[in-house]
Amino acid sequence: MGVFDTIFGRSKPVKPDLDQLFALPSAAITLEASLGFTPTGVGSVCFRAPEGKAFADLQSEVTALLDVDAGPDVQIENDAFGYTWLVVHADPTDIAGLVTDLHAVNSSLSDAGFGPQLLASLVSFRDISGRTLGLVYLFKRGTFYPFVPVIPVGGSPSVSAHPDVAAPQQRDNVLELQVRDLLGDDVRVEPELNRWFAVWGAPGL
Amino acid sequence: MASTRYASDRGLVARMGMTMFFLGLVYVVLIGVMIAIGVSAAIAVPIAAAGLFFQWYFSDRIALYSMHAREVTPEQAPQLHAIIDRLCALADMPKPKVAIADTDMPNAFATGRSRNRAAVCVTTGILRRLDVDELEGVLAHEMSHVAHRDVTVMTIASFAGVLAGFLTRMVMWGGIGRRRDDQNTALLFLAIMVVSMVVYAISFVLTRMLSRYRELSADRSGALLTGKPSALGSALRKVTGDMAGIPTADLRQAEAFNAFFFAPALASGVSLSSLFATHPSLEKRLEQLAEIARQLGQ
Repeated sequence: MGVFDTIFGRSKPVKPDLDQLFALPSAAITLEASLGFTPTGVGSVCFRAPEGKAFADLQSEVTALLDVDAGPDVQIENDAFGYTWLVVHADPTDIAGLVTDLHAVNSSLSDAGFGPQLLASLVSFRDISGRTLGLVYLFKRGTFYPFVPVIPVGGSPSVSAHPDVAAPQQRDNVLELQVRDLLGDDVRVEPELNRWFAVWGAPGL
Repeated sequence: MASTRYASDRGLVARMGMTMFFLGLVYVVLIGVMIAIGVSAAIAVPIAAAGLFFQWYFSDRIALYSMHAREVTPEQAPQLHAIIDRLCALADMPKPKVAIADTDMPNAFATGRSRNRAAVCVTTGILRRLDVDELEGVLAHEMSHVAHRDVTVMTIASFAGVLAGFLTRMVMWGGIGRRRDDQNTALLFLAIMVVSMVVYAISFVLTRMLSRYRELSADRSGALLTGKPSALGSALRKVTGDMAGIPTADLRQAEAFNAFFFAPALASGVSLSSLFATHPSLEKRLEQLAEIARQLGQ
């Protein structure tokens, strides 16, 4: 924000950086070669759906565009925080195709003027022991970071919107930092660790 | 990029600019008069400036301490942290400290001298009353205060007023003008008194006006950030509606912090209240939010 924006108390909504997303396929190859994590074929775009008809129309348009017969399977999920996840199920072997689909979603929203509403994009990976890893792309920063939820013994981590009934949720920080060091050459990894916000219960994890 | 969807309110910017211009003018006049009368500005200005600097530099700690707020970790308040995490990612801002104050009065405030040294505090009362969407709207409003550096802006804006108040007090204690032992002294005292009081009154009204504009700006930015102006509107209705029924003891205790509060805790209905209010009226805020909702729907 410039000096004048501060003086007059206006904040310009931050525009998203969509291009870095295309670095994802090379990161996927590194993940598979070094840690044995393979893509699950599930990718998602998380955004804050504003109220009003304009956005609702656009959302159904985008879904219809991707959801043609030959295209990937698209679902819409709403989470406990009021954010919308557009989930794309694609062929696990075709990560480049998945990225293209995700980019189509992002650019349609951005072109229609809703770029500031984009929060993050997530592509999930799994290894043979069943651990899941999410590679999260922050639109406003143009950076990636890993998110590895630890699944407690005897079930999936419960998602709770209320602090008083929250189950203990943990992240595998060791693996996350390992992934950060590995992917440094392939993608821009978010340097500030306090911006690696958790996405409990995100689709595909 | 259809930038029109997020256009800033030109009228609001213009009104804010005029207010700031007049504040600056008042300040210049005050300094000019001081020099003309012969008061050594070297005494009053640094002392007033040092006091304000201290308040500004430690604004986060002072405010949190006075509200008996405690900082909470993500483990203690996962939902609150998750909402703020998402808002920070959406607005590309560093994450502020998160604090909770144990009072049933529904309110929230943001403080801190910069974006990196900011704290956002909510009361247990507001957590209990609002749902997730409404709470998010309130937090987005507070984060906008942080983004706009409102603590810094309001500190600078209040400098003329603080200086004038300080001068008045110095004259009362007889700290100024001792060096001239003639009949002019009394006249000098009187002149400084009058000028300081007038400056204080004008700058008081102007700072309050500025504060109201900053609130409207924060409402606007917050609503655009979450894309849900009506959630913020509903939170405002809930919070202000509840405020009237709060016992006065609580209100008096919290009065000093009204400038950074989400909705003022003072009982309204006083004449001239709109001129001296730190926050715009509920109708005005709801009106602006409705306008944003209309723009978003187009």
